Amino acid sequence: MRDTLRSYTIETRLAVVLAVLCVVLSISAPQFATLPNATSLLNNSAVNLIWAVGLLVVLVAGGIDISFAVASSVVQYVAAKMLIGIGGGNWLLGFLFCGSLGILLGLLNAWLIHGFRIISIVVTIATFNAFFGLLMFFSGGRNIYNLPDWWTARIFIFEHENAQGIWSELTLSVAVMVGCVVATWVLIRRTNIGRQLYAFGDNPEGARRAGVNIAVMQGVAFGWMGLMAGIAGLMQVNIVKEVVPNALYGRELDVLAAVVLGGARLGGGKGTILGCILGVMFVAITQNGLNLLGVSPFAFQMIIGAAILVAISTSNIDLSQFFRSKEARS
Amino acid sequence: MTTAPAERFALRLHKVSKAFGGVQALNEVDFEVRAGEVHCLAGENGCGKSTLIKTVTGVHQPESAELIELFGEKIERINPVQAREKGVSVIWQDLALFPHMSVAENIAFDDLVGLRPRSVRYREMITRAGEVLDRLGVRIALSAPLNDLPIAQRQVVAIARALMNDAKLIFMDEPTASLTQSETDRLLDIVRKLSADGVAIVFVSHRLAEVLEIAERVTVVRDGNLVGVYPTDGMTQARLGELMTGHHIENDVAARDLPDAPVVFETRGLSRHGEFEDVSLTIKAGEVLGLTGLIGAGRTELAHVMMGMRKADAGTMLLNGADYHPGSIRHAIRKGLAYVSEDRLALGLLQKQSIEDNTVISVLGKLTAATGLISDTRKAELVRHWIRELGVKIGQPSDAISTLSGGNQQKVVLAKWLATKPRLLILDSPTVGVDVGARAGIFRIVRELAEEGLAILLISDEVTEVMHNSDRILHMADGRIVQNYDPRTISVPQLEERIYA
Repeated sequence: MRDTLRSYTIETRLAVVLAVLCVVLSISAPQFATLPNATSLLNNSAVNLIWAVGLLVVLVAGGIDISFAVASSVVQYVAAKMLIGIGGGNWLLGFLFCGSLGILLGLLNAWLIHGFRIISIVVTIATFNAFFGLLMFFSGGRNIYNLPDWWTARIFIFEHENAQGIWSELTLSVAVMVGCVVATWVLIRRTNIGRQLYAFGDNPEGARRAGVNIAVMQGVAFGWMGLMAGIAGLMQVNIVKEVVPNALYGRELDVLAAVVLGGARLGGGKGTILGCILGVMFVAITQNGLNLLGVSPFAFQMIIGAAILVAISTSNIDLSQFFRSKEARS
Repeated sequence: MTTAPAERFALRLHKVSKAFGGVQALNEVDFEVRAGEVHCLAGENGCGKSTLIKTVTGVHQPESAELIELFGEKIERINPVQAREKGVSVIWQDLALFPHMSVAENIAFDDLVGLRPRSVRYREMITRAGEVLDRLGVRIALSAPLNDLPIAQRQVVAIARALMNDAKLIFMDEPTASLTQSETDRLLDIVRKLSADGVAIVFVSHRLAEVLEIAERVTVVRDGNLVGVYPTDGMTQARLGELMTGHHIENDVAARDLPDAPVVFETRGLSRHGEFEDVSLTIKAGEVLGLTGLIGAGRTELAHVMMGMRKADAGTMLLNGADYHPGSIRHAIRKGLAYVSEDRLALGLLQKQSIEDNTVISVLGKLTAATGLISDTRKAELVRHWIRELGVKIGQPSDAISTLSGGNQQKVVLAKWLATKPRLLILDSPTVGVDVGARAGIFRIVRELAEEGLAILLISDEVTEVMHNSDRILHMADGRIVQNYDPRTISVPQLEERIYA
C-alpha cells in the first residue's frame, strides 16, 4: 500500500485536493453536490477527457502536441462535407471517417517529427497554424448547420427526473469518453507497445539500443492522439449540433494544462490515466465551482495557472524524505 | 570444465579491422575470451576498445575479419538483436536504463520489445526479475522507480537485465566509474559470482587496481593495435599503465617537506551537523594535501563548506591568516578558492557549450572590453593560453566540450578554475572516468601548480592516487579526521587496510 501511494504521489495529492475542493464547494454552493450538476459536469468534460488521454500518450512518449484541437475542427469540417456528400451516412461511418481522418493528421505530425528530426513542439505549432489556416480558408469561416440527423440526435445513456422536475442526463459522449479512456489505459498500461512508448519517452537512446522501433513509436503516439482528436471532433458536433470552424481553437492549452496537472511529465516517460482524469476533473470542477459561486470567469484562468505552478513546484518535494531527515536529526 | 579445459571460448576474433573515414580504429586485432572468464580490455580512451565492443555486438560491421566466432559458432554478420539472442550483452557506461520505469520493468524490458502486440504480465515480470536478483544475491524493491536507486544499484539492475536475456558473455564498460570503493567491491563480488556460474565477463575500466584484482587475463589495445594478452598474475599497475600508454609512468611517492611555506588555509574545529565534526587542518602554499577515506566520510561536504555552498555550524576558517566566512560560492571564488567538483559531467561542465565558453565561464567578468561587452580577442587569448599551458588536445576551441575525452574534459575544468587565479585549489575525485595516460598528465599539472606555490587539497578515495601525489595525507572517517600520514612512511596496502578496516 505504501509502495502504491509512493509511486502515485502526484495522483494521490491531486485526489486529496480534489476531495477537499468538492467538500468546500458542497458547503458553499448548494447546487454543486446535486445529480444534475454532476451529470452536466461529466457531459461538459467528455470531449476534454478524450483529448486528454490522447495527449497523455504523446507526452508519455516524450512528445507534445499543440495541434490536436484544431485537428478536431478539420476532421469535423471534412467529415461533415464528405458525409453530406455521400447522402448522410450513420454513426459507424462517422466513427470510421473521423477516426481515420484524425489518424492521418496525427501521422502527418509523426512523419514530420521523425522524418525531418524536428522537435514535436515546433512541428505541432506549425501544423496547428497550417490546419487552422487551411480550414478557415476553405470554409470561409462559415458554420455548417444542415448536418445529418443521426449526428445531431440527442442520445442519452442515463436519464433521471428529480422531485422538482429537473432532468439529469448523461449523453452518448460520456459513454464514448469512457471507451476512449479504457482503450488508452489498455494501450499504455497493458500492452508491450505501450510500455515501449514509456521507455522511448524516458530514455530514447536506451530504447533505440534495446531495439525499440522509434519510427513506429512516434506513429503510434501521434496516431493515437489523432484518433482521439477525430473522435473528440465527432462527439463535440453531437453536443453542439453544428460545425463551427473556429470553435475549438485555443482549447488545446486547457487540455495540456489539465494533463500536466495530472502528473504527466513534459519530457516523457511518466504519466497515468488516473492522473489525467483527475487533472481534467480538477479543471472542470474549479470552473464549475467558480461559476456557481458567481466568481468572474477571468479568475478561473488565474487559478488554473496558479494550480499548475503549485503542482509542478511541489512535485519534486518528496514528503517521505522530509520526514526521514527529521527523524535522523532528532 | 574437466572435459575441455580452458579451450572453450565465448568469443574469438582474429584479425578484425575497422576504419572510420581515414582513421584506423582497429587494425587486425585478435581478441579471445574463454567461457566463464573475467577478461579485462585495457587501453586509453580512443584506443579502439569501444569499436571492438561495437563490432562484436553488431553495432558496427568490421571492414575485414579473418574469424568471428561466438560460443564456438562461426559468424559472418551480426546485428544487435541477434547478438542479444546469442547471449551477448553490453552494459554501457550510461546503462541505457529507464529512470521512471520500475526496477522490474527495467530488468525485463527486452521481453517487451517488438511490434507484435501482446499483453504485459506484470506478475510474471516481477517474479522473473526477482529470480534474477536472487541469483545475484541482491535485494532491491522491484516496484520502485529506477531513479529512486543509487547509481550502484542501477548498475546491478543493468546486470540483472543482461542476465534476463540469458547472457553468457557480458561486456561491462566502465562499470565502476561512479561507484565508491565499497560499492565497487560488492560489484566485483557479483562479477566473480557470474564468472563462477560460467558467464564470461569482459571488463573495461580505467582503474587498474581493480582490473588486476578481478580479471584473469588482460588484453591491451593501443591506437587500434593489439599490444598483447597478459595474465594478471605478476602484472603490476605500473607495467600495465606502460603497456597501455607506451610510456613509462612515474608512480612514486613524491612527498616533500615545506617547513618555511606560509599557511594558506586553515580550519579550526569546523563542524556541520550530521556531516563532519571538529575538522582542523592546515594547507600551506605549494602543498598538496591528500584527503582520503570512504565515501560518506564527509570529504565532499567539507569542500562544499569551504566553498561557501553550505554553512558550518561551528568552528572557524582562516584564509591567509584572516577570518574567512564565505557567504556564497561567488564569494569563495573572489577570495581565491577554486573547486573542481566530483561530478564533472553534470556539475563541472556545460556539456553542450564550446570548449572556449567552458574555459572562460568563471572569469567572464574579467573579459569585458571598454564597451562593457565580452571581448572576443581577450577571450581567445585566455583560451589559447590555457590550452597550451595544460596541453589540452582539441580540434577547435569552438567545438562542443562533449567532443573531448574524459581526461581532456578534466583539463578544461582545471583551466576554467585556474583562470580565476586561485590560491587554494580543491580537487574532488579529479580522475573519475579519466584514463591512465591522462591521469598522469593531470597530476603532472597538479605538481607544477604546487611548485608555483598554489595550495591544493586533493580529495580522492583511490589510495594510490593520494599516496603518489600528496605531500601529506589526512584520513577522514565518519566525519572526523582520524589520522595524519606521511606518504613516505606508509605503504599503499597499509593505508588501504586502515581505511577499509
